[in-house]
Amino acid sequence: MDYFLELFLGGLTRGSIYALIALGYTMVYGVLGLINFAHGEVYMIGAFVGLIVSGFLTVLGWPILAIVVIATMMAMLFAGAYGFTIEKVAYQPLRHAPRLSPLISAIGMSIFLQNYVLLAQSSDFQAFPQLVPEFEFLEPYSHIILSTELVIILAAVVTLIALFLLIKFTKIGKAMRAISQDRQMAMLLGVNVDNVISATFIIGSALAGLGGILVASHVGQINFYIGFIAGIKAFTAAVLGGIGSIPGAALGGLILGWTESFATGYVSSDYEDVFAFGLLVFILVFRPAGILGKVSSEKV
Amino acid sequence: MQTILDVKQLTMDFGGLRAIDHVDLDIKQGEIVALIGPNGAGKTTFFNCITGIYKPTGGDVFIAPPDEKPKRINGKKPNQITVAGLARTFQNIRLFANMTVLENVMIGQHCRTHTGILGSIFKGKGVRAEERRVIDYSHMLLKKVGLDQYAHYLAKNLPYANQRRLEIARALATDPFLLLLDEPAAGMNPQETLELDQFITQIREEENVSILLIEHDMRLVMSISDRIFVVDYGKKIAQGTPAEIQNNENVIKAYLGEDIDDA
Repeated sequence: MDYFLELFLGGLTRGSIYALIALGYTMVYGVLGLINFAHGEVYMIGAFVGLIVSGFLTVLGWPILAIVVIATMMAMLFAGAYGFTIEKVAYQPLRHAPRLSPLISAIGMSIFLQNYVLLAQSSDFQAFPQLVPEFEFLEPYSHIILSTELVIILAAVVTLIALFLLIKFTKIGKAMRAISQDRQMAMLLGVNVDNVISATFIIGSALAGLGGILVASHVGQINFYIGFIAGIKAFTAAVLGGIGSIPGAALGGLILGWTESFATGYVSSDYEDVFAFGLLVFILVFRPAGILGKVSSEKV
Repeated sequence: MQTILDVKQLTMDFGGLRAIDHVDLDIKQGEIVALIGPNGAGKTTFFNCITGIYKPTGGDVFIAPPDEKPKRINGKKPNQITVAGLARTFQNIRLFANMTVLENVMIGQHCRTHTGILGSIFKGKGVRAEERRVIDYSHMLLKKVGLDQYAHYLAKNLPYANQRRLEIARALATDPFLLLLDEPAAGMNPQETLELDQFITQIREEENVSILLIEHDMRLVMSISDRIFVVDYGKKIAQGTPAEIQNNENVIKAYLGEDIDDA
């Protein structure tokens, strides 16, 4: 039973991370109809910013709590800034281009960012400090759940709720929904579409940055390539749940996390990806729009 | 009376096709003006040029909000033109189908409020007061168009005629001085058209807006318009009061075709 629980919570942790990153994919898709393939790279950059800031502050001898808070905020801030810039540089000039062009531009952006970090940080794995201290109350359960995992799960839950409220109840959230339904009409009602799209990129990227620093602190090492794998998995989660849908991204992330965790635990860790992508194929055969996705007919 | 919209020699080419050919049009404050013409005459293209969806190939569009100097608006983005005070509806209804009736109207207020992203997230006192105001104002508009009891319905669940009313309410929410209506009576039965006639006259009085409409229902056009502009094949062929237009030879030719007996 403990083993099952461990796998369950491990899957929940993974799933929360996938969900955090998948939100960025799904928000951008919802507003722009674009798959932002550079999103995984933003996550990787968030992790590196976390590493640099926490290393710097540790040398200065700051208390651990201050380091965690500031490193996390800086990671989110930088990730947001990167997201904003990526959109301005790579997507906004192509707003009216054929659909394929921004997609190619996204892939180019992704390769560029990987190589930029490769040059700046080398290809070696860098050790990442454990930012989250061991909680004493978790000591008796340490064979089931680590304190980092608990923090990841809590962070994901809080973020998801906050995002849901943002989309549902605020002015900017309403503008996002309006744009995703009819961009031209939103413009004709005086919504500054460029600003809302920028905001979407900033929010989605900041979440990826948060995911980056959380995972890095959990896994303990990072390099320039982690964004690619995480990006692919999170994209899978977004498609699984129904791309464009925020609850879908969360659900897709969790399902993917659990599938991987149980497959690793009960079958073999060699087949982790086989199960993950096998599930994707299986679900898309029966629900091509994803679990919570809406089947949309093309407008004439 | 002050001229609030002055279109001069407007021209729009699509490749080799001239959809609008040197058209002049003007609207004075408080007027209801109709733009009519056979199918494909370029009426909707004309609207699209004025509201910033298309960038006109030639000519100028000047607007002058009441008590302001005229300014040139061609080449501006649709959201900037909306901020300047022009609002429109579409021939085919374009509501945000999956948002509530109230939310649809609230979106119209978007450009008239000042809350930024951070404000939305942290919701200070001022932001909440502003939101309260937007909601109250939206309810007030919905009452005026008779839709307040449906405020929390999804827009797609309203009956057709009410969706049209909601579109007009949403356009009014942007606080325009000129309202552009693209075939507001399309798909309505005679009773609904009659109500629309009263509704348009009523919003002109109460909201202090001028109206430019495209319409094919001639009874509606003749009964509510102060002046009428007629276009055919992208060219303006007539303008004048309803009585003048009804007896204008060019217009009759455009609609009924030429008499070939005399030829």
